[in-house]
Amino acid sequence: MNSVTTLNLKKETENNDKTTLGFWIYLMTDLVMFGVLFATYTVLRGNTFGGPMDRNVFNLPFALSETLILLTSSFTCGLAILALQQKNKIQVILWFSLTFILGITFLILELSEFSKLISEGNSWQRSGFLSAYFTLVGTHGLHITAGLIWMIICLFKIWKEGLTSSLSRKLTLLSLFWHFLDIVWIFIFTIVYLMSGI
Amino acid sequence: MNWKSFIIGQLTWADLPHQWFTIGGTGAIFTMLGAAAVFLTITKRWRWLWKNWLTSTDPKKIGVMYLIMAFLMFVRGGLDALMLFSQQVLTVGPGVLGAKHGYLDANHFQQIFTAHGDIMVFFVTMGFLFGLINLIVPLQIGARDLAFPFLNSLGFWLYVAGAILINMFFVLGGEFAATGWLAVAPLSELQFQPGTGVNYWIWSLQISGLGTLIGGINFVVTILKMRAPGMSLMRMPMFTWTSLMSMLLVISIFPILAMTIALLTVDRYLGMHFFTLNNAGNQMMYWNLIWMWGHPEVYVLIIPAFGIYSEVVSTFAQKKVFGYPSLVAAAGLITLLSFTVWLHHFFTMGAGADVNAFFGIMTMYIGIPTGVQIVNWLLTMFRGRIRYYSPIYWFFGFISTFTFGGMAGMLMALPPVDFQIHNSLFLVAHFHTMIVGGALFGIFAGITYWFPKITGFKLDEKLGKYVFWTWLVGFFASFVPLYILGMMGATRRMDHYSPSTGWQYLFLVSLIGALIIVVAVILQVVQLIVSIKNRRQLRDTTGDPWNGRSLEWSTPSPIPFYNFPVIPQVHSRDAYWEMKKQKNKSPIIYEDIVLPKNTAMGIYLAAFLFLFGLAMVWQATLFAIIGLTGAIICMIKRTFDENTEYVLPASEVEKLDKQYRLTV
Ligand code: HEM
Ligand SMILES: [Cu+2]
Repeated sequence: MNSVTTLNLKKETENNDKTTLGFWIYLMTDLVMFGVLFATYTVLRGNTFGGPMDRNVFNLPFALSETLILLTSSFTCGLAILALQQKNKIQVILWFSLTFILGITFLILELSEFSKLISEGNSWQRSGFLSAYFTLVGTHGLHITAGLIWMIICLFKIWKEGLTSSLSRKLTLLSLFWHFLDIVWIFIFTIVYLMSGI
Repeated sequence: MNWKSFIIGQLTWADLPHQWFTIGGTGAIFTMLGAAAVFLTITKRWRWLWKNWLTSTDPKKIGVMYLIMAFLMFVRGGLDALMLFSQQVLTVGPGVLGAKHGYLDANHFQQIFTAHGDIMVFFVTMGFLFGLINLIVPLQIGARDLAFPFLNSLGFWLYVAGAILINMFFVLGGEFAATGWLAVAPLSELQFQPGTGVNYWIWSLQISGLGTLIGGINFVVTILKMRAPGMSLMRMPMFTWTSLMSMLLVISIFPILAMTIALLTVDRYLGMHFFTLNNAGNQMMYWNLIWMWGHPEVYVLIIPAFGIYSEVVSTFAQKKVFGYPSLVAAAGLITLLSFTVWLHHFFTMGAGADVNAFFGIMTMYIGIPTGVQIVNWLLTMFRGRIRYYSPIYWFFGFISTFTFGGMAGMLMALPPVDFQIHNSLFLVAHFHTMIVGGALFGIFAGITYWFPKITGFKLDEKLGKYVFWTWLVGFFASFVPLYILGMMGATRRMDHYSPSTGWQYLFLVSLIGALIIVVAVILQVVQLIVSIKNRRQLRDTTGDPWNGRSLEWSTPSPIPFYNFPVIPQVHSRDAYWEMKKQKNKSPIIYEDIVLPKNTAMGIYLAAFLFLFGLAMVWQATLFAIIGLTGAIICMIKRTFDENTEYVLPASEVEKLDKQYRLTV
């Protein structure tokens, strides 16, 4: 029996190793997808077809507040991982819940921006530029949504089962994913919002 | 709310099969399925099929299933090809079956060549390659399974889902895209293709592409993380090396394809304007994106074939491969350079002389590492004692066709020349020479070479040589005329031309060549059947029928499900060759083995995504929601499933291993 458990342990660290590498590669493929979207956005930025240009529709302070919220959520997510390493269940739940709330807030802000644009007649059907904008920012938003779903399921599981090793692994990957989305957002903030000011 | 369109979308009675080809296709599909079902019921094999094959996570079984599926799709794509050529021969005569010229009307002809190209690239060549990589790479690196066995099964089933989806318009009616295999915009936009054809293209490729991407990640991690102790990167067999490079390409470019298709999707479904003519879309962007994927993709297909040839040449010349480091470097350089040439697919589209010159030169650079490889193979054979078995025949065939096609490529890499022959049949001849004479011949070499390892018996050698010669003759007969036609000004994708051009007899030669290939394929099937019949005589009792060099030949044939009773220790390149030389057998110490359990979750997940894709084709909202939710639930269930592996105790391994060694 003893040999079986050491075997399982060995296999588990091996599996952890592989999963982490696999997840990193997945993140890189996702980055390529965002790369395509950034490229299309840059190409289509001037294709306004008589509609609004970027500087007419974006509200920089608003985008900045979105950015700060997402950055804070990344910070709380980091704190959650620290708590995870100390096996402190309450703190893990606490920090992840906070991350979750910040994430939801970000999403609501983003949706409100979308609906404002649409109500002004500037939907994605208006021009190539707006198509590219909605797709780039919307894809990021979809990723955030996926992350939130993942987070809520994990929170529920921790609450019920405690910090099992497989849950810890999932949470670590989730935090990678969350930081990754944060970095992508920094690029969005720069290329979409800041550049609109130039 | 309109309930009917909520449930079945745009599908109407009028769409269901009513033309002769959809009725024929549907009939053929259901006859085949019916026959298979009857056979399985009579022989009481349903459970066996489900438990031993469909739900398996063993890469060897998944590999075989890939090969079977790819072969079925090969037959489908081949029928398309015959229809295309025969239309081109008959088009000078009076029209029949309601067509103005020949027997296919223009739109139908367009759908056929689109389907033909997509099927041959995505479902035949890719399918065969993934099959071979699944079968062989774990064995070559001394591993027992892949890094993510479940994802492997899922990737396979997504590939199957895509393959079925691309054939679904037979069953549900409608039409396929009439755009060419890359569905170039703006032609593929709603404005010009309002039907469901492009939707089928979108969802079929999106779903199977997801499978490919998953497979790519899986193989990269497997090769990087699961090599036997002692196997450093520079000790890996060439096929493993080239598979690694091909899979690195896959993970870098398939996201581009996925996004490009997604952008076309939102254009068509949500009225966006990425590539549309109106509202300031940008059509050239589609061309750039699709070829940034497309050119590296052709190297995804050919690079593993390079690896197969390296293995075959060194085994049958009984020498170690010449200049291993330079072969690796050449393959790596090709991998890198393949990112820098995509624009040669549209020199004629106004990029300007400087840009064209740059991409023309980069394209010609690729010829250098390719030439290095060819020289390496020739030098491997030099002073070797070559044994003339059919795998090396395929290599000889490849050398002649590939060099030929490469020269044609060099010609087109010169922009001024390309302006003359772009999108002519010359181009068609070029890429068929590369993909058929390069990638497909390599796949055939690989299948013949590794067949005994997979099944335990060799393929019939004499028939194998007949197969090769018939294929080669058929191949040249059908594609050399296309080079000539292209030079004479015949454009690609032509359903009709004037008889005064005098092209008909060349098309006739091509058609005859295609029919010779049909004979070759039939011979291949005969070869398989005859070999199964004579499997006693053809039995491979040693596990090493060709006096091989890499680790896969150190196992008994057919391979036990755990691959290696003990993970081998590697000391050099050509690991098994060195082991054979040393001969000192250290006693075997058996250990417990952890293996993945079977799972049906891959099938369920792919089935839900298939439903989603099909529903999206027809914009049947209800079924799309069901499909997507089902897929997400399956995914969540699987991630929290902890019970995915089992332990095979050392005593059991010992018992099985001794049994295997007794039978061989
Ligand atoms: C020395 C190597 C090669 C060179 C210099 C080369 C060059 C070219 C050029 C210049 C074109 C564009 C011609 C035009 O559209 O007018 C082209 C098209 C193409 N090549 Fe190659 N090529 C090479 C190898 C390959 C290989 C190895 C494959 C596949 C395994 C391949 C597959 C294709 C395909 C599929 C197309 C065009 C498809 C389409 O337009 O639909 N080529 N090649
Ligand atoms: Cu190319």
